[in-house]
Amino acid sequence: MIATVGFYVFAVILLASATMVVTARNPVHSVLFLILAFFNAAALFLLAGAEFLALILVIVYVGAVAVLFLFVVMMLDVNFAEMREGLQRYAPVGLVVGLILLSELALVLGGWHFAPGAIELRMVPTPRGLTNTAALGAILYTRYILLFQIAGLILLVAMIGAIVLTLRDRRAVRRQTIAVQNARQPADTVAMVKVPLGAGISEIAVLNRPAPAEADPEAMHGGSHARLHAAERH
Amino acid sequence: MALLDRTARGLLLGELMAGMAVTLRYFFRPKATINYPYEKGPISPRFKGEHALRRYPSGEERCIACKLCEAICPAQAITIEAEPRADGSRRATRYDIDMTKCIYCDLCEEACPVDAIVQGPNFEFATETREELMYDKEKLLSNGDRWEAEISRRLELDEPYR
Amino acid sequence: MNFLFHTIAGGIILAFLKALALLVPLLIGVAYLTYAERKVLAAMQLRKGPNVVGTFGLLQPFADAIKLLMKETIIPAGANRLLFILAPILTFGLAILAWAVIPVNNGWANANINVGILYLFAISSLGVYGVIIAGWASNSKYAFLGALRSAAQMVSYEVAMGFVIVSVLLCAGSLNLNDIVLAQRNVWFFIPLFPMFVVFFISALAETNRSPFDLPEGESEIVAGFMVEYSSMPYALFFMGEYASMFLMSALMTILFLGGWLSPLPFAPFTWLPGPLWFLIKILLCLFVFLWVRATFPRYRYDQLMRLGWKVFLPLSLGWLVLTAGVLIATGWLPHVS
Repeated sequence: MIATVGFYVFAVILLASATMVVTARNPVHSVLFLILAFFNAAALFLLAGAEFLALILVIVYVGAVAVLFLFVVMMLDVNFAEMREGLQRYAPVGLVVGLILLSELALVLGGWHFAPGAIELRMVPTPRGLTNTAALGAILYTRYILLFQIAGLILLVAMIGAIVLTLRDRRAVRRQTIAVQNARQPADTVAMVKVPLGAGISEIAVLNRPAPAEADPEAMHGGSHARLHAAERH
Repeated sequence: MALLDRTARGLLLGELMAGMAVTLRYFFRPKATINYPYEKGPISPRFKGEHALRRYPSGEERCIACKLCEAICPAQAITIEAEPRADGSRRATRYDIDMTKCIYCDLCEEACPVDAIVQGPNFEFATETREELMYDKEKLLSNGDRWEAEISRRLELDEPYR
Repeated sequence: MNFLFHTIAGGIILAFLKALALLVPLLIGVAYLTYAERKVLAAMQLRKGPNVVGTFGLLQPFADAIKLLMKETIIPAGANRLLFILAPILTFGLAILAWAVIPVNNGWANANINVGILYLFAISSLGVYGVIIAGWASNSKYAFLGALRSAAQMVSYEVAMGFVIVSVLLCAGSLNLNDIVLAQRNVWFFIPLFPMFVVFFISALAETNRSPFDLPEGESEIVAGFMVEYSSMPYALFFMGEYASMFLMSALMTILFLGGWLSPLPFAPFTWLPGPLWFLIKILLCLFVFLWVRATFPRYRYDQLMRLGWKVFLPLSLGWLVLTAGVLIATGWLPHVS
C-alpha cells in the first residue's frame, strides 16, 4: 500500500516538475526543476526495485550532467523569453513528436501487458537471490559486451571531437611545467661565493663564470630571477 | 637515475611529508601565547605609556610651567597656562594633554628640565568615552602619585643610557 | 488495519530513534570538530587557541552557536530568497543524510542497503548543489566566483574518487558497506591499495572544500566565496555542513580503507575495545590529518588544482584500477559475487 502511495506521490511530483521545466520563466529554476524530476525518477526506480539504476541516475545525471547544465545556464545569459516566441511556430512539430512518443510508449506498455510471463517479471525484476547490481553486470558484460564497448567508443569519439574542436595551440601563453620546476636542484641555481672585502660587484667571479648548465648570457645577468625563467624555458 | 630518484620522491610525497613533520613538531612545542589579562609581557624601563606629572619628595609639584614640552610636542597635544602663585613661584594653572592627539613619542619627557612630565609604564588606560582621554593637571598629578614608585625605579634603571 | 497502523507507527518511531542515536553524537562531534580545529591549528602555530569560555574553552562551540543564532539573517537585495535559504539547508541536510548508511559496527547501520557505497557517492556528489545555488542566489560576484570554482572542483575530483572507490569494490566484491568492511578482516585495504588511499584522501580534501583546496571559500582572495552574503543561522548551517561532510569523508575512508570497526589486530588487547570505539578512533585520526594538512599547506592555485585532478589523479587511479583488476584476475583473488 505504501509503495502505491509512494508511486503516485513521486509520479505526480515528477510530472509537475517536468511541466515546470518547460514553463518556468527563470532558466535556473528550470534546471532546478529538472533536478527534482531526476530525483523523482530515481525514486520511481527505487520503488520498482532497481536500486542500482536509481543511484546511477542520481550520480550521473544529478551529480554531473545537471551541474554542467546549471553551470552553463548561470554563466550564459540565455534569454528564454525570446526563445519562447518560437513556441507557436514549432508547436505542430513538437506535437507530432509527442504523439509518436506516446504511441511508442503505448506499444511498449501493451506488449508488457499482454506478453506471457510479464506479471512475474514485474513482481521480480531481478533474478531471485541475485542483487540488482550483480544481475545488471552479469548481463551487461556478457551478452551485451559488444554493445557496451561500442557505446563506450562512441563516447570516446565524442570526447576527442570536443577536444579537437576546442584545443588551440596558443604560443603566447606561458605555461608552468611542474616537472621542470621539480627537477631544479639547488646546485643548478645557487652559487655560494666568498666575496673579498671591498670587492665591487664586477669583480665577483660568479657573473663571469660560465653557467653550470647551458649558458644563456641574457639570463645570467638578471640574477636568480632571470635564471628561473631560463630554467622554465628549457 | 636522477630522474628515477626524483620520480620516486615525487610519488612518495617526500616533500609534503617533510612539511607535515615540521607542523607536527610545532604541535608539541611550548606555546608562545600570553594569557593577556592574567599574564603580561615584560615591559622595558623605557616603555612609553600613560603620562604622569611627578612631585618632589616634599610633595611640591615639579612642573615649573616652562612650556618646553608644549613647544616640542609634535602633535600639539599639550596645553599649558601659567601664573605666579601666592608664594611667588611660577606654576601651571592649567596643564592639559589630549591623549587622543598624543603620539607617545616621549619628547615631552626628554624636554622637561625638572623631570616633571614622564611617560609611565601603564598602557591600560582605555576609556569608554572620548572626554575621559582629555587629561588635565589634576589627573596627571594623580597618575604621578599612583605610579611614582615604578616611575622612579624606571628612571633609575634607564639613567645610564640617557 | 489497526495492527498495520501499529506496526507502521512503531517502525517509524524506531527508525526515528535510530536516526537520533546517530545524529545527536554526530552533531556534538561537529561542534567539537570546530573546537578541535581551532585548537590544533593554534597548537601548530604556537598559539593556545580558545581557552576562555569554559574549562580549556570547551564551551566555545556553544558560545559560537548562540552568537550565530542571535544574529540577524540578512538576505541581500536582488537575491533569490527561496534559493538563498534553500542552499544552506541542502548542504547541511545532505551531509547529515549520508550517515543513514554508515555502519558503525557489524550490522549497526540505520539502513543496510545493498548499494550503500553508491548512495554515499551520490549524496556526496550532490553537495556541489548547495554551493552553486548559494553562489547564484546571493547575487554577488564573489559568491558566484566561489560557486563556479567549487562546481568545477567537485565535479573533477569526483571522477578520480569514483575510480578509487571502484578499485576498493573490486577487492571487496560488494557495494554493501557492511560487506566492504568485513572483506577487510585479513588485511585493511589501505595496505594493498596505498596509492589509492592517498588519492582518496586528497580527493576528499577537494570534495569537502578543505584547505589546501579551499578555493571556493578563499578568504584571502574572494573573501569567503559562496558564503560571503550569508550570516546567522544559514551561515551556521553551511559551517556545520562542511564539518559534517568532513566527518562523513573520514567515515568513508575508515570504511573503505581502514577496516571500519575492525580492531587493528584480531587478538586480545585490541579486541577489548568495542567496534564502534575503533570506528570512532579511526575517524578522529583521519580528521586530525584533515586539520594537520590545513595547518601545513598553502592554498592551491586554480589551474594547479585542475591539473592535479585531471592530469595526475585521473590517470593514476585509472591505471591502478586496471592493475588491481589484473592482479585480482591473475591470482584468482577476485571475490566471488553472489
